[in-house]
Amino acid sequence: MTALVMFLIFVGATLVITYWAAQRSRGTAAYFAANRQITAWQNGFAVAGDYMSAASFLGIAGIIAFQGYDGFMYSVGWLVAYLTVLLIVAEPLRNAGKFTMADVLAYRLNPRPVRAMASLSTLIVSTFYMIAQMVGAGALVSVLLQGIGYNVAVTGVGILMVVYVVFGGMLATTWVQITKAILLMGGTIVLSFLVLAHFGFSFSNFFDAVGQVTYTENGQKVVRDFMQPGLRFKPPYGALDLISLGMALIFGTAGLPHILVRFYTVPDARTARISVVWAMALIGVFYIMTTFLGFGAATIVGRDTIALNGGTNMSAPLLAKSLGGEVFFGFISAIAFATILAVVAGLTISASTSFAHDFYTNVIHHGRERGPGEEVRVARMAAFVVGAVAIAVAIVLGPTANVAFLVALAFAVAASANLPVIVFSLFWRRFNTSGAVAGLGTGLVSSLVLILISPSIMGADRALFPLENPGILSIPLGFLGAVLGTVLAREPSAERKFDELLVRANTGLGAERAGQAVTTKSAVR
Amino acid sequence: MEPWKQIAASPDFKRLVREKLRMVIPATLFFIVYYFALPVLVGYAPRLMERKIIGNVNIAYLFALSQFFVAWGIAALYLRAAARTDVLAKKIVDRQTKP
Repeated sequence: MTALVMFLIFVGATLVITYWAAQRSRGTAAYFAANRQITAWQNGFAVAGDYMSAASFLGIAGIIAFQGYDGFMYSVGWLVAYLTVLLIVAEPLRNAGKFTMADVLAYRLNPRPVRAMASLSTLIVSTFYMIAQMVGAGALVSVLLQGIGYNVAVTGVGILMVVYVVFGGMLATTWVQITKAILLMGGTIVLSFLVLAHFGFSFSNFFDAVGQVTYTENGQKVVRDFMQPGLRFKPPYGALDLISLGMALIFGTAGLPHILVRFYTVPDARTARISVVWAMALIGVFYIMTTFLGFGAATIVGRDTIALNGGTNMSAPLLAKSLGGEVFFGFISAIAFATILAVVAGLTISASTSFAHDFYTNVIHHGRERGPGEEVRVARMAAFVVGAVAIAVAIVLGPTANVAFLVALAFAVAASANLPVIVFSLFWRRFNTSGAVAGLGTGLVSSLVLILISPSIMGADRALFPLENPGILSIPLGFLGAVLGTVLAREPSAERKFDELLVRANTGLGAERAGQAVTTKSAVR
Repeated sequence: MEPWKQIAASPDFKRLVREKLRMVIPATLFFIVYYFALPVLVGYAPRLMERKIIGNVNIAYLFALSQFFVAWGIAALYLRAAARTDVLAKKIVDRQTKP
């Protein structure tokens, strides 16, 4: 009951934000990039909000609660990944692009094939990631809010995200992310504080308890030291899987479309840079606290109790229940749901932007809007379709679907297809159209195929590829594809335009500034 | 086309790119090596990583925790270095925009 009330308060607040944003959103740059007027701390919170998904809050706490230390490896990778974003991608992207990742790629290459491929990979990454979130949301709600079924929950999430994106555009989505990030940080800090209080604020008591986690395994009571690695990633392939996972996380984050579009919402590259550092501060503190959540759930609630009350994903909410009672349980559950809602909205806007800007305007109509505001209209329709598809697929898959592979896939595709071509187009003069298409293609196909023949899909004993994470093979293949495609063709125009891209990416000359777009190309409405 | 080539060939711009690469390349190499040392050691040297240092806290946990502080440290150093290249970039932009 409390969960429902708190959740309704959050929904109400976000709808007010959406209404406010809709009043202020006029024009293409306003809709897709919040008029490039988001400040550094705001964008930092929004990046963190986009990033800390249900997988982080519920998933990581659950993995640590059930398999100890190995779960923390996800947390580490998810923070360190931001160094790739900070050092290599964020600033050049902001300087040389407009609305999507493909803007930078299309700069000196033949725009139609490159944008078509980049848009395809954006849609695949966003849609898979989104379906995983929707299934998680539906399953969570049917456990948390008794009486609301899985299908109703999934449909509700779908409708809300479409409302945010269609009416509020990037400005509303950004503020939904900021609100959610503040709530999530607050909830996690309080929860961690309660865990430490439970152990009398003594770290040594806490870690001693983590050393003796008791639970039932195959009908036997066992005591394990949860500080020890190896409870999840076991021989013979555990070590390789761990490295492969690390590669997908470190190189995938900088290729996630819904993270990349955030850097177009700030006025300039310097603000983009500072916003990444804000995000790193928030995300880092959050992921360090996942150990208190996960180990806390393992020691205070216990694996057996969690398994009987909804399974791994319920670890953090159940911890809240046992430490803070029903009201706090409702609060944490509402935050978990808000988290999913916000991430899904971020994914929807990046997918629909890419469809409208890359595919519709630039591939089909050769870069010209046929009428004022057409691109925004198409994006709104695309958001509607994306929402409908995600609702339908999530309902077909059902609440028990194993969705972990969908997230693994999203990161693997982002790392294997998107990152190689972004890096080469920024740093390699000789890089050309056939290299970009080949790189995107091999990265996409190799990660898809390797996931299809992995243990997540084929089962542990019949899998043709022994690792759950394809990155260790698909990322080098993506780079290799891009190199081979480049070497096999010559494209003098792409090499000539490299100087222009280099100057723009490094200095910001000619980049769109805050509000400027309204007076130039996009003076629509 | 021509003005971009001119800027790209100017000594100021070359210096800007050189300074940027001089911080980005070592920082990137360092964080990649430091990060992958963790899964490699956890995966292939579990006995070493399980060694307890303070109470029940082992090397594996401390090493993982250190990744956060190292990442923040690199980000802070990068912010400082980037403030210097911002000055170089501004010089180039000003020359182009203010006749």
